[in-house]
Amino acid sequence: MKTFDWKEKLLTVLFWLAALAVVGILFSIIGYIVWKGIAVVNLDFILEAPSRAGREGGISIAIVGTVYLTAVSLAIATPLGVGTAIYLEEYARRRSKFAYLVNLTSETLAGVPSIVFGLFGFVFFVIFLGMGWSVLSGSLTLAIMLLPTITRTAQEAILAVPHEYRENSLALGASKWQTVSRIIIPSALPGIVTGIILSIGRAVGETAAVILTAGSSLGMPGGLFDPARTMSVHLYILATEGISLERAFGTAFLIVILVIVINYFANLSLYRLSHSRNNR
Amino acid sequence: MGRKIKIKTEDISVFYRDFQALFNINIEIEENKVTALIGPSGCGKSTFLRTINRLNELIEGTRTKGQVYLEDVPVYAKDINVVALRKKVGIVFQKPSVFPMTIYENVAYGPKIHGVKKKNLLNEIVERSLKAANLWDEVSSRLNSPAAQLSGGQQQRLVIARVLAVEPHVILMDEPASALDPVSTSKLEELISELKKKYTIVIVTHNMQQAARVSDYTGFFLNGYLVEFNRTSELFVNPRDKRTEDYITGRFG
Repeated sequence: MKTFDWKEKLLTVLFWLAALAVVGILFSIIGYIVWKGIAVVNLDFILEAPSRAGREGGISIAIVGTVYLTAVSLAIATPLGVGTAIYLEEYARRRSKFAYLVNLTSETLAGVPSIVFGLFGFVFFVIFLGMGWSVLSGSLTLAIMLLPTITRTAQEAILAVPHEYRENSLALGASKWQTVSRIIIPSALPGIVTGIILSIGRAVGETAAVILTAGSSLGMPGGLFDPARTMSVHLYILATEGISLERAFGTAFLIVILVIVINYFANLSLYRLSHSRNNR
Repeated sequence: MGRKIKIKTEDISVFYRDFQALFNINIEIEENKVTALIGPSGCGKSTFLRTINRLNELIEGTRTKGQVYLEDVPVYAKDINVVALRKKVGIVFQKPSVFPMTIYENVAYGPKIHGVKKKNLLNEIVERSLKAANLWDEVSSRLNSPAAQLSGGQQQRLVIARVLAVEPHVILMDEPASALDPVSTSKLEELISELKKKYTIVIVTHNMQQAARVSDYTGFFLNGYLVEFNRTSELFVNPRDKRTEDYITGRFG
């Protein structure tokens, strides 16, 4: 018995150390970014356009570009991804060849590095379809990247809805679509939103594919066909071209803040949604 | 005698892929009576129940042969509207499954999908259904709280109210009391005898005392065959088949 106790204690300490390491790493990164970045961040840095390639002024255009690209790519990827998940889980026959193909494609897409999507987006959207470096080219490329995450998480969420709900709803004379729209989707919504939140993080952070498709213009993007620079792209350029490491950290600081704010609001809306439905 | 047949089956057989679950079942179910189906687990009684509202076809790989007549209309005809059929034939499952919504929304779900939009008509239906399911007094003050907060017995009666709200003609019950405590079970049995005044009820149960208490007719299923079908008072006192006798006297199952 004694040896067991000794082993258990050692393992507990090891697991605790692992958890501590994760927390430590996370806090030191965020702490470092805040420490290095906070000096340049003020209201002007947020509201002003950059001048002298970013040596002066703010990053307003990059904030707008980031929000713009993220919103448009999600607007494209969410209906497609959730629609695919609904098809696969609710409409497709089990083990049908088409469902297998869709699943396989989505898994493969999830494993493709983002730079490959960027290259594809550059050749197809920017050049072949003549959209140029633009919000639309960038968003379409990002949407393809986000599709597997959104589809996968929505599939998992739909799969987790108890089978009895379907049976009970259909037995009451509901059609398939009534069952899906009134029971399945509302029940799966928290999981679907989680997938969207994960995708937001990816969209905000993506750099390589965005430079290739949305460009790195320093102008303020207006329409869908205007080029745009996202905060990640701005950070990359500031750092690699030796423009200003200080301002790169300032940008990084705001990226972290932006992601936290977006996650907070997504969670809040999710909380409101589930409570307005008096869920559980 | 004025017996009115509500449901009649003709040589119903059901297959799950290569496995035959039911063999040529012929039953006549009388209107406004309670018909109990008994038998050991896996004998096909639930499968039979689900042929009446065509619920077996939700499981891939299921085939049904033969015909079921509901109010003289063939249920397994090409041009039948399955949604309309299921509106007429409500079902209560073993495990009460309330939707993740309020008590009110659960009952209003059926009428809503069938096109009732007026708020006061919905209120009326919800109240009437909950009263008919003997649940109104317990929930009337908290219709807007989550249905999942109700006890198991209350949830089962809520499910019954949800079924009643679509105004079915027939109510199928698949072991409705097996997950309930004794008090909830006796409440449910009371409810069943009230409901049969207005509805035709078919109940699957593995509890023979329950079948004897609540039903007018009883069918005994074994290995996919209907062994015996008779008035409950007859079947339990004078079983004609040796196997029925063995089962009801507890020699197997």
